[in-house]
Amino acid sequence: MNDMRITERTTGMHETKIHAKDVNVFYGDNHAIKDVSVEIEDKTVTAFIGPSGCGKSTFLRCINRMNDTIDICRVTGDIHLDSEDIYHPKVDPVQLRAKVGMVFQKPNPFPKSIYDNVAYGPRIHGLARNKAELDEIVEKSLRRGAIWDEVKDRLDQPGTGLSGGQQQRLCIARAIATEPEVLLMDEPCSALDPIATAQIEELIDELRQNYSVVIVTHSMQQAARVSQKTAFFHLGNLVEYGETGKIFTNPEDKRTEDYITGRIG
Amino acid sequence: MTDATQDMPDASRRHASLVAVDARTERRNRAEKRFQYYGIAAIVAGILFLVMLVVAILSNGLPAFQRSVVSIDFTLTQEQFDEAESATLKTRVYTDFFIESLTARLNENGIDAEFDGKRVERILGKVGGTLRKHYRANPQDIGQPTRFDLPASSRIDRYLKGTFDRSGIGEGNRFIMPGDLDFADALKVAGVLTQSFDWNFITGVDTGVDNAGGAGIGASVLGSFMMMIVVLVLSLPIGVAASIYLEEFAPKNRFTDLIEVNISNLAAVPSIVFGILGLAVFIQFMGLPQSAPLVGGLVLTLMTLPTIIISTRASLKAVPPSIREAALGIGASKMQAVFHHVLPLAMPGILTGTIIGLAQALGETAPLLLIGMVGFVARYPDTFLGGFEGPNSAMPAQIYNWASRSDVVFTEKAWGGIIVLLIFLLSMNILAIILRRRFERRW
Repeated sequence: MNDMRITERTTGMHETKIHAKDVNVFYGDNHAIKDVSVEIEDKTVTAFIGPSGCGKSTFLRCINRMNDTIDICRVTGDIHLDSEDIYHPKVDPVQLRAKVGMVFQKPNPFPKSIYDNVAYGPRIHGLARNKAELDEIVEKSLRRGAIWDEVKDRLDQPGTGLSGGQQQRLCIARAIATEPEVLLMDEPCSALDPIATAQIEELIDELRQNYSVVIVTHSMQQAARVSQKTAFFHLGNLVEYGETGKIFTNPEDKRTEDYITGRIG
Repeated sequence: MTDATQDMPDASRRHASLVAVDARTERRNRAEKRFQYYGIAAIVAGILFLVMLVVAILSNGLPAFQRSVVSIDFTLTQEQFDEAESATLKTRVYTDFFIESLTARLNENGIDAEFDGKRVERILGKVGGTLRKHYRANPQDIGQPTRFDLPASSRIDRYLKGTFDRSGIGEGNRFIMPGDLDFADALKVAGVLTQSFDWNFITGVDTGVDNAGGAGIGASVLGSFMMMIVVLVLSLPIGVAASIYLEEFAPKNRFTDLIEVNISNLAAVPSIVFGILGLAVFIQFMGLPQSAPLVGGLVLTLMTLPTIIISTRASLKAVPPSIREAALGIGASKMQAVFHHVLPLAMPGILTGTIIGLAQALGETAPLLLIGMVGFVARYPDTFLGGFEGPNSAMPAQIYNWASRSDVVFTEKAWGGIIVLLIFLLSMNILAIILRRRFERRW
């Protein structure tokens, strides 16, 4: 992709996938997210940018309730997926996480075979009725994860034996094997070299066809390259949210401008 | 501030040659060398103590595995059997036949020795009784040459091992006389009296002073084994379940902190405290039988649990959180994440901890004293399951028991028992290493 033409990038109009309103997150006494409201579109790559500790990862983890696993974390406000409140008491976070997949900063394949890594999600969610179906899901996911050709001959080898970039693509394949609707990526390229990063970015662009992708990144170039929408977080506040082209070329807020031009952060 | 910054302005230092070692560096190097020597000295001292220990144990304990036996082919004819059975003093007649046979055997080897029934009894025990028992039970052996391996008395045994000599025989000693030793020498020359590996020490049961040489550790090995089964069956599931709950599921609050501190404290509680607890709760309150491996196992379970919980929690903690996140991120439930991913990775640590805990329990004596597992156990339990609530001893308790008896033979047995115990402990530790290697997975 050519970042020189980000202003001309077609964003199109998609329906809202995630609707967050007045979200506040507290870690004990620390107020990590302050009244964040944002509408994330379907079939769009949305980038969260901002300096370290600004709460972008925290907010991302609210969307699939990964923050529930932290005892001292408390979330208030509404987050709707389609039209359903994901923090409704009747919602099982386990079911939510099958719909909202996540890829982490550090590639974290299970210490099992490549096949088992991808097949684990479909297995626990009962997506395949038999071995043939499971094989099909694994192959499809690895193809979508753009790693099939590299691993098709060694599916029985441990996933931990792959290179960093391959591991991360395996993790993406693993995340999409459960057929999620939203894919959350928490700095997926920060541990990778530029070539692996380029591969992942290409993959993210392809994934946009089917999923709503939310990516947290420290690299403004990356945000500019892969995203259609960008949200800038600063000190727990959502400062500015809009089309990527506009944020990078004509930001409304002074803080956004300062961050993008490298004066803060 | 550190001394490095204080030296900074020193201009002469900056231009000093790299080849010449300055005083400061020299001092540091010397300190480093000194530390290395301390380390080596510590290791050498450790090895020295270990060697001394091993030598002491082996030199004292190995004789316990040997036993002096009189092996003789003996034939009893039908007439002799009838004659003996019709006599008033039956065993006396059997003994006479035995003396006849032994004399013939010695004469074959050109040895002429005079001996009577008393001497035979002093050296070999009640031979007549043994023979009568055998032929009554096995009438088909009458008229056939049959081989008898008769264990020599403990003093003869010790005489052959070199730990007993004539000077040990006092006036009026009714257990042994100087002539007996000459006779033993003659038997040895004739090849009738030999030393052989004493399987009875490993498979046998405890005996009284009249047959000190016949004491074996077998029954207490079985007792220890039963206790280990109880400990394993109870402490592994309870310990692992408790640790998984505490580590993965329990909320972190004051109550769980309190539990955590208490578990760590329990690991440091002296074992005799657990013994008296077992006495009060299991025996006096719950009415379980005294001296039973079941109760011993329960007490040792209490002792082992903290060890298992601590090591299990440590190995659960060592599993990188990214594995849990990965599983949760795919939509695994917390339990699936733990049982499918975390537990398999923690397995080597859990197994090692469990085996170390078991080994610790295996060598524990103090709590057994209090629940009565140091009694004199002279027979195996009738059934395996019944053995759990029947009276039994355990290896360390048996060793303690032997060591406190006055007869020197039992002291030797105690050393031998230590070797058996150490062999068990060593094999458990080796098993732990093998399991750890086998289950270890990199991530």
